[in-house]
Amino acid sequence: MSVEVAGMGHTKSEGPLKLAVPRGALLGETLDALDAIGIDTSEVRGESRSLIFEGEEITLVTMRPSDVPTYVEAGAADVGITGKDVLLEQSDRVVYELLNLGFGRCRMVLAGRKGDERLGESQRRLGMMRIATKYPRTAERHFEQTGRQVEVIEVKGSVELAPLIGLADGIVDLVATGRTLEENDLEVREEILECTARFVANRVAHKLRAAEVDEMTAKLREAMPG
Amino acid sequence: MIHPIPPGTRDVLPDEMRELRRLHLALIDVFESRGYGEVATPAIEYDEVLARGDGRTADSAYRFFDERGDLLALRSDMTVPIARLVASRYANAEPPLRLCYLANAFRAVRPQRGQMREFAQAGVELIGAPAPEGTAEVVEVLEAALDAASLNRAVIGLGDADLYRQLLAEFGIDGEARDAVLGRLAAHDLVGLEVELSELEGIGDDKVATCVALSQLRGGREVLDEARSLGGAAVERATARLGETFEALEARGVADRVQIDLGLLRDLGYYSGAILEVYDPAIGHVLGGGGRYDELLKRFGVDLPAAGFALYLERVHVAQTEEESRTGGDS
Repeated sequence: MSVEVAGMGHTKSEGPLKLAVPRGALLGETLDALDAIGIDTSEVRGESRSLIFEGEEITLVTMRPSDVPTYVEAGAADVGITGKDVLLEQSDRVVYELLNLGFGRCRMVLAGRKGDERLGESQRRLGMMRIATKYPRTAERHFEQTGRQVEVIEVKGSVELAPLIGLADGIVDLVATGRTLEENDLEVREEILECTARFVANRVAHKLRAAEVDEMTAKLREAMPG
Repeated sequence: MIHPIPPGTRDVLPDEMRELRRLHLALIDVFESRGYGEVATPAIEYDEVLARGDGRTADSAYRFFDERGDLLALRSDMTVPIARLVASRYANAEPPLRLCYLANAFRAVRPQRGQMREFAQAGVELIGAPAPEGTAEVVEVLEAALDAASLNRAVIGLGDADLYRQLLAEFGIDGEARDAVLGRLAAHDLVGLEVELSELEGIGDDKVATCVALSQLRGGREVLDEARSLGGAAVERATARLGETFEALEARGVADRVQIDLGLLRDLGYYSGAILEVYDPAIGHVLGGGGRYDELLKRFGVDLPAAGFALYLERVHVAQTEEESRTGGDS
């Protein structure tokens, strides 16, 4: 009876609300925030290698931050927490952004080699800069809005490498402390925007599980200084 | 040999086709039994005609030239082609007109997002019947269609397309600033909405709070009172319209699965007054939507109020499959 229809929307079972939790840099503060609103996170903090942690009222699903909008848009997770940088890069995904959680603060910046005038030089002589980044759409939007033409080169790994060995004139990347830039002899040239963690919801869950979603938003709003 | 097909399109094979056909027939049966006659229109239209209906949707359509150099486009929904059909074929007919369809439409959505570029829509258009009775009739047909598809848990969101336009006008926000705020509301980006509003001059914190709070109000009849308590003429008008529609629904006995939703905004440019969205707990995507478009027919030279809805056939089928496996599991 069951027919697989590719790309028609993931199915979502009922039961506890599913919350997509970002692994990586945001994990610690996300779990602290969940503790603060009375959600038990001890299992996630433990040694377990599981990805899914089922509770009575809420199921925590851990994943890469950049996958959170994907799962939430499709309704595979009802709500989620991820960085604004991720949401901006995937701005065509339909998720409801309900709350600025205030933690995970970092900056999206344009950086170049210290004391190296290549960025300005390229802009002047070639009319455009080559920019390596893991955030191609955010970078393109920034340069378009500021009226500059750039060639955006998408890389997946350590983006700091690109200007050091001549792949690009500069990079657009997320910095928290600036140490990685420092260690690679790079410096911030422009600040593009500041990013923090956001609480997001699937659009159908926001309607059909309104009470649970609203309650969680209210508790988070109270627990987070903003 | 494997021969590719364009992204966002797909083949349908006999097992699925049989089920889709059953669903198709069940829906058309509901529509026909309520006096909605089925129509078909060409999949390709003159771009100019589609753009007359909604310039923004025409933007994302597939476009090409024919041998005479005329610009053609694939339709992105059936509402605009039916508005054209009514203006050309039924300009002097006695309203109301009741038409239904099951047809493929095309949108150039980005691939790999769980959305198809070619998809089937089943829906009705009720032309010449004003709010609130016309809206209530459309909702009644929609509920019957959901029942016919065995989606007994599906919920219909009912909102008002004019609420925020009028509210922002009342706040003295217009032009680009208004579009930016409406954009945030449509995307339901509450963080951005608050920032956007706070940056506007002369907007007090209370107005920002009103706008944000309104967009979160959804539920039963009581949300109309909650909205009214936020105050303002635009809210008063919208809640009055919604209240009338809801009363008409209650009179028909079809208000139970309707969720009043003041945060609802549909992204098509032709809606005015009541707007609808359909959800089922089994799937994370919207099953369909509709509403009133009292100004659309005027763009084609016939001044008639109208309302309608469209269900995404494939998504309804997926939801149906899910609901069946769910109830199958219970027994």
